[in-house]
Amino acid sequence: MDTQNLQTLDLKSQEYFINMGPQHPAAHGVLRLILTMDGEIVKNIEPDLGFIHRSIEKQCEYEGYKQIIHLTDRLDYLSAHINNEAVALAIEKALEIEVPERVKVIRTIMGELTRIASHLLWWGVMGMDVGALTTFMYAFRDREYINDIMEDTTGARLTMNYSTPGGVMFDLHKDFVKRVKEFIPHLRSVLPKYDELLTGNIIFIKRMKGIGVLSPEDAINYGATGPVARGSGVASDVRKIQPYSALDRVDFNEVLLDGGDNLARYNVRMKEMYESLNIIEQLIDNIPDDGIQAKTKALIKLPKGEFLQRVETARGDFGVHIISDGKKNPYRVKFRSPGFSNLNTLIKLGKDTLLGDLIAISATMDFVIPDIDR
Amino acid sequence: MILTNTTNYFAKFIEYLSGAEGLNLGFAGEILAYVVIAALYLAFFAVAGLMLVYMERRIAAFFQLRLGPNRVGPWGLLQTIADALKLVAKEITGTERKDGLLYHTAYYLVIVAALVSLSVVSFAPGVQAFNVNIGVFFISAVSSVGVLGLIFGGWGSNNKYSLLGAMRSGLQMISYELSAGLAMLTIILMVGSLNVDSIIEAQQSNIFLIQGHIPALIAFAIFIIAGTAESNRTPFDLPEGEAELGAGFHSEYSGMGFAYFFLAEFINMFIIASLTATLFLGGWLAPFGITDSLPWQPLWGLIWFFVKVLGVIFLMMWFRWTFPRLRIDQLLTLEWKYLLPMALLNIVLMALVVYFDLLIKF
Amino acid sequence: MSYLGNIFHGVKTLFTGMKITGGYFFPSIIGRKYVITRQYPEEPAIVSDRFRGEVVMWHNDDNEHRCTGCQACEIACPNGSIEIIWDRVLNEETGKKVKQIDQHIYHLGMCTMCSLCIQACPTDAIMWSTNFHNSTYDRSNLTKVLNKPGSKLMSGVEE
Repeated sequence: MDTQNLQTLDLKSQEYFINMGPQHPAAHGVLRLILTMDGEIVKNIEPDLGFIHRSIEKQCEYEGYKQIIHLTDRLDYLSAHINNEAVALAIEKALEIEVPERVKVIRTIMGELTRIASHLLWWGVMGMDVGALTTFMYAFRDREYINDIMEDTTGARLTMNYSTPGGVMFDLHKDFVKRVKEFIPHLRSVLPKYDELLTGNIIFIKRMKGIGVLSPEDAINYGATGPVARGSGVASDVRKIQPYSALDRVDFNEVLLDGGDNLARYNVRMKEMYESLNIIEQLIDNIPDDGIQAKTKALIKLPKGEFLQRVETARGDFGVHIISDGKKNPYRVKFRSPGFSNLNTLIKLGKDTLLGDLIAISATMDFVIPDIDR
Repeated sequence: MILTNTTNYFAKFIEYLSGAEGLNLGFAGEILAYVVIAALYLAFFAVAGLMLVYMERRIAAFFQLRLGPNRVGPWGLLQTIADALKLVAKEITGTERKDGLLYHTAYYLVIVAALVSLSVVSFAPGVQAFNVNIGVFFISAVSSVGVLGLIFGGWGSNNKYSLLGAMRSGLQMISYELSAGLAMLTIILMVGSLNVDSIIEAQQSNIFLIQGHIPALIAFAIFIIAGTAESNRTPFDLPEGEAELGAGFHSEYSGMGFAYFFLAEFINMFIIASLTATLFLGGWLAPFGITDSLPWQPLWGLIWFFVKVLGVIFLMMWFRWTFPRLRIDQLLTLEWKYLLPMALLNIVLMALVVYFDLLIKF
Repeated sequence: MSYLGNIFHGVKTLFTGMKITGGYFFPSIIGRKYVITRQYPEEPAIVSDRFRGEVVMWHNDDNEHRCTGCQACEIACPNGSIEIIWDRVLNEETGKKVKQIDQHIYHLGMCTMCSLCIQACPTDAIMWSTNFHNSTYDRSNLTKVLNKPGSKLMSGVEE
């Protein structure tokens, strides 16, 4: 779109403000974007955050260490289990307790299942934002299988609160291995169909290819992580840099693609689903059998100091930073959310695009606003 | 065969009420006959709109692996009536500083455009309210009034989103009318007359899609694409793009205003489908003359017509639930760089085919 | 020539997409093959055994429960959804004053279903029930007293 010609003519046009308000069918939550537009072209974006700020970090200062885990469920609710795992690992690192092998394997399998569920939901909503409305229902059908597997073991489908400091809460259901083994071939047979439906479609390619190009330098400067950075070629998978739980003994590829446009980010997430299936297949067959909870005191007090743990959620690099001064409540807990840094790239990518492109770009960024607002 | 001596039932009705034999009410009878025929068309409009909405919801549900409405009435047939009652009961609020005249004229204009176009469509032999010589061209001309309705709605709502949607829609509809008109012209070349009856009469041996082989096939594709764009359906539903603009030009309407826009969209779809059926698929003619020897001929014509129209509507719904939507500049690129040159070349091709008498007739 | 090639390639991908949705549509409308709707009130909802519906207290046939009033669940709950009303009574056998539970109040409206109370209970007195039909028109119905009236502690349950 050549915008230079607009100034050479003698037409008076005026820029106007449009409010993609907190209640919007495409905004993945309550995100308010104040757009300055010139005709149909977006000139400037100013996000207005805070509509779902619940002061979770402040609440953590008033609760014991066993109780701050259930608050992280509600941060990035699509990768709830991985958030729980992050806080549990931080506390275990501080207390220097050794968790049983079974716990590590269970946590990794659940984490990868959560990642697949999150990517499936992203795919469904992405199709809906771009206009193909059937993808939503197909994605939710497959996500129901994962939800049922989680419900059998933990009892909850979305906010599981399954990890505790030192282990997991409940033991695996007796049907767990069987159901996961049934689910993996089903997903493998269905994902290529979804690829054909959306990815190969010429209308979709025209809306994705070459739009919203994020250069690797920009990705590093803004602190983008997760598939947003991996789509630009920046290797940023925490599972490879600092492996945790059972991830150091599985063999998987980090999906890196060049290009940095919408299509690259899209393909990164589609391929990550296959990689997660590989990880689950490697771990599901021999789950060791040595208990589900390490011995901890009833009232957990961390020693004085600062403890940091990074994990890879479906959105990127999630970090938990606990500052403790010896009491039974933490002094300060800070969550580094991946969505907050990714949102900054949207401000840069959204300049001089059409409104339809802005929607497509923010769909590939995969925001979950409670993650940004905490 | 069938067409040469069919009587127009509406003309007979007018004659009956006003003319020499029958009731002989004179001019008042003629006016009464017109009113009755208009009421009949309004009733058809309402019922067809309701049935199309029900069909859309059911078909959409089966595409999305779920059942549609199936609780209100047998198989959910009365669901749309429940929806219509709810919409009638709502208040048309509008915005604070709306332009009252434009805001309230908008939905009447789309209804008027849809209804007037409906009068030219020939449902069965003898069932056609308005048999003019410029039949199909009349439909194309009147549907432009519908564009005015959308733009009035967008401006009168005093809302930037609606204005964006209305501008996009106006642009889209006037662009795609060109390609649709040229595709229609391609078929007219085979007939030589714009009259709907003549077009159907010329297809008595076999339908135009087969008669005009390659050029007619290309014209069919162009007309389906342009027709989908004319009635603002996905993949061209930017003006009401739900993910982008909320509801586009009709976001500030509620109650009956919204119901009019909604129904008018479905009736527009019906008109495009009936134009396709008339021009390309043979209108109300039976394929290979299967039911030509049965009594109650208009009834069979009606049935065949609706089968063809519902088939084309199903195709348009299939498009809606499969494809993502096009961005505004891609939409315009498609029209001005791909469809329009191809339509023009296609006319030349069809002219050559007709001149050298290469049509497939049997 | 790439103009025409573009057109053909584009149309081919469109047909592929239509084939996939058509492949789901026609078996669904003819034999209901892929339809995943469960018609809820007629077909019951399937929940698993461990589903976290609401917290209940276990009572046996003689209306006895296992809650000793130790307040472990009240301490473990992150947002104060459990309140225990207790008093000290004289235990006849040992002669010491022990805690006895009067009422175990559970605010279902505030509960986040995190199951920390059930983990913390030393005597397995409270447990999950799969009942999720908890919606009501009156908010005071969401504050429940978990121990049934007239019930007492089962004998033999130690602290």
